[in-house]
Amino acid sequence: MTASPDGQGCLSVEVWRGRDEGRFQTFAVPHRANQTVLDVVTWIQRHAEPALAYRFACRVGVCGSCAMTVNGRPRWTCRTHVSKVAGANGRLRIEPLRNLPRIKDLAVDLTPFFEKWQRAQGRFTPTRSRAEPLAPVSPESPARKAADAGIECINCAVCYAACDVVGWDPDYLGPAALNRAWTLVNDERDGDRRGVLRAASAGGGCHSCHTHGSCVEHCPVGLNPTAGIAGLKRRSLLDLVGRGVP
Amino acid sequence: MIRPQHNYPGFWAFVAHRVSGVALALFLPLHFLALGLALESDAALDRFLAVADNPVFRVAEWGLVTLLTIHLGAGLRVMALEFLPWRDGRKGLIGLGAIAAVVVGTIFLLRIG
Amino acid sequence: MTPARLYLLQRATALILAPLVLVHLGLILVAVEGGLTAAEILGRTRGSVGWGAFYGLFVVAAAIHAPIGLRNVIHEHTAWRGRSLGVAMAMLGLLLAGLGARAVIAVVAAP
Repeated sequence: MTASPDGQGCLSVEVWRGRDEGRFQTFAVPHRANQTVLDVVTWIQRHAEPALAYRFACRVGVCGSCAMTVNGRPRWTCRTHVSKVAGANGRLRIEPLRNLPRIKDLAVDLTPFFEKWQRAQGRFTPTRSRAEPLAPVSPESPARKAADAGIECINCAVCYAACDVVGWDPDYLGPAALNRAWTLVNDERDGDRRGVLRAASAGGGCHSCHTHGSCVEHCPVGLNPTAGIAGLKRRSLLDLVGRGVP
Repeated sequence: MIRPQHNYPGFWAFVAHRVSGVALALFLPLHFLALGLALESDAALDRFLAVADNPVFRVAEWGLVTLLTIHLGAGLRVMALEFLPWRDGRKGLIGLGAIAAVVVGTIFLLRIG
Repeated sequence: MTPARLYLLQRATALILAPLVLVHLGLILVAVEGGLTAAEILGRTRGSVGWGAFYGLFVVAAAIHAPIGLRNVIHEHTAWRGRSLGVAMAMLGLLLAGLGARAVIAVVAAP
């Protein structure tokens, strides 16, 4: 049925139920003006299927918890207006994020995502204590600009779900982990930039990226992991002659 | 089978690059073996070329020429994205590569007439 | 062979192959008019140091470039990975280099 702006009409919403084995369950959800996909999922859980498992937190597009696959694309459901995705026939298909183990229904396990974050050494190695003055870092330096371009990542795993190589190669660290590694390689305060570069360019690292750009297409924050990964590739070549990190 | 999340130019450029690369890799040993016929005699190579003078072969040759151009174009795009300063998407490169492949393929067809 | 070294070889051979491929394509488009004969091909290549060097370089670069590319394809679309895949690809490279060198000799060396 078509949705009308005054809030009448119903959406036909297919939702994945189960785990790896399961089925799609279809719900008729009242369509409202300014409705998001998260609103739809919440309506289903409150009025039709209390046992539906899904995640959300902030509902306003800053936490990334509500990421799901909507009509084949990974996105934040709280920032996806139904009118943009449901089409004229008012149909939605909602599935859990790809490339991550399923827990139940729309909830996935992000443990592998964060394990790869650690394997890429995506953690800061401090060089100063609170007793010392702040490190003076020019925001205009090329390295700081490169780092700043990637630090807004909130680990929502949309890029990880969108990446084809993540789906094909279980060793591949993925765009988010490598993007973080790139920000640290460019962070002059980090005490082990060489370690980060080595971790990010090992097997399953930056060289496995084929520059599809799925991550760039889907990142809700507008980050560019492909460019960061290209930067890691360049640095890894310099590292072969010992000049990867200043 | 192609899910909506794959419907954008960067993905298709990759598919073209990978498919053309595999095809060319499979073709290469055959190409070397054919040329190696000249070790026997010029006549041996001529005999092969005479056999190859038929429509099926010509289509295959056209395919290879086109695939080679596609692979070159897609490869240059990847290296531009990796080594040159980033400009948003550089989607224009994909169009250029596709057009170049069509042009080369067409010239080939015209000249084998 | 670390990923970084494989990557370097792949990109370096790609840069070498790009101009060689352009020349090769141009040559094909020129030579293919009116049909192809052995005399036409061999008349150009026989005894030519230039063409020998050109195709020799072409063969070496392709013999490195193709197996590294295939390695990625196999690694990502099949269950085969690890050292055995690397060894198999190295052997493929040697095969290509051998067949290619034979082909270059075939068209350059005097009959």
